[in-house]
Amino acid sequence: MNQIFDFTDYGELLGLVHNSIIAGLVLGVVGGVVSMFVMMRDLPFAVHGISELSFAGASGALLLGVNVVAGSLLGSLLAAVLIGALGARARDRNSIIGVLMPFGLGLGVLFLALYKGRSANKFGLLTGQIVAVDTPQLSWLLATSAVVLIGLLIIWRPLTFASADPETAAARGVPVAALSSVFMVLLGLAVAMSIQIVGALLVLSIICTPAAAAMRVTATPHLVVLLSVLFGVVSVVGGILLALGSSVPISPYVTTIAFAIYLICRLLGSRRTAGVG
Amino acid sequence: MPALAIRDASLSFGDRTLWSHLTLDVEPGEFIAVLGANGSGKTSLLRVILGQQRLSSGTVAITGGIGYVPQQRRIDTLTPLRARDLVGLGLTGHRWGINLPGGGRRRRVDAMLEKVGATDFADRPVGLLSGGEQQRVRIAQALIAGPDLLICDEPLLSLDQRSQHATTALVDQRRRAEGTAVLFVTHEINPVLPYVDRALYLSEGRFRTGSMEEALASRTVDGAA
Repeated sequence: MNQIFDFTDYGELLGLVHNSIIAGLVLGVVGGVVSMFVMMRDLPFAVHGISELSFAGASGALLLGVNVVAGSLLGSLLAAVLIGALGARARDRNSIIGVLMPFGLGLGVLFLALYKGRSANKFGLLTGQIVAVDTPQLSWLLATSAVVLIGLLIIWRPLTFASADPETAAARGVPVAALSSVFMVLLGLAVAMSIQIVGALLVLSIICTPAAAAMRVTATPHLVVLLSVLFGVVSVVGGILLALGSSVPISPYVTTIAFAIYLICRLLGSRRTAGVG
Repeated sequence: MPALAIRDASLSFGDRTLWSHLTLDVEPGEFIAVLGANGSGKTSLLRVILGQQRLSSGTVAITGGIGYVPQQRRIDTLTPLRARDLVGLGLTGHRWGINLPGGGRRRRVDAMLEKVGATDFADRPVGLLSGGEQQRVRIAQALIAGPDLLICDEPLLSLDQRSQHATTALVDQRRRAEGTAVLFVTHEINPVLPYVDRALYLSEGRFRTGSMEEALASRTVDGAA
């Protein structure tokens, strides 16, 4: 175990990565909130698709030596807009994602193969990293998070209505299609941020698992949001703190914590849904 | 003044005419059944009234708000809403922002839940309710904003007989108590038979209004299902 964990000088390390912890905290909050709508709208597969194109954008930026966060945002938004525009119906959406995803991943692999810099940078985009998040990067993350959270607060009620019952919402005058596009853009932003910490392959542990777990134990809307945020924050920040004293990347910690929370919630909730098909 | 006034309305898609020169007044408190085979343009008529579909010609005038009850489709088991939250969406779900406490919202939702006999399962997850219970909640959602016209699009589909009667009785009770006009699209005749004032029967580009008996008679003549 000593090869994996080494908690000497932990205090000193904490000081070095306090930016990362703030980033993790914010990401946990955003992921927790966004994932509730991802679950309600049946979009986990779209999250995965967006993250692969976001990865292509980020690795392209790495190759060109430009801002990686900007590259990942660009890829993310492009994917979100494409999936939103071409895949209004679930069946169309899944086939479009199925086509886009390997293309994005392939592009990303190509860019990384051409990249001659540090290999840790390459690996990090796929499986996550806690490189000391520098201050401009943190500012990006904070600004993007603010956009996502404020955007969601503005469209909260009609988005909930449109996600739970689109037909009735449309009859009531809710702009269902427009809300769907807006949500895809906000989701794209959230995915691009998550990639900076957990990597493209593991985004779902932040933007899916927290709400999937919370929805197992309660259906009270504000409790779902609170629990989902709590689960998101515990997974990401807990993962960062554990990864600090270890030689293993951050992602296994985040995903394992998230998965454990899900299992516990499923177990607790199994009585609640018993007898329902 | 009628709750709904349709004047000389026609709807065509390309060279296919769903119905033409349709004129219909629905008075407050009137219960109208809309009958017709699949593809006869019932759903399109509802879409026109809801403002989601433009007429090819003619006019539609509505005096007040519209409540809408869709077909019973199972709500996903994990939907993070309780019965009371789904009803609340009928009140504020179309407004921007989030729900803040106060403003009498909770009281109105409670009163509405009681009216449809849903108080017992008000705090249960909608996804865990039976089909009949879900439909009760949807009716409460459609009625809570106090519409002058209630549109029901096959609300009895896939409900058991008892729930079909309970659902229809609920709609009838409301129109008698508050004068809400009702437009009720259905394939199920028996549950609505005791309540219907008039029927609108659509078939192959033509329409007929009259008593339920007349509509059923023309249905037999056309041989439509």
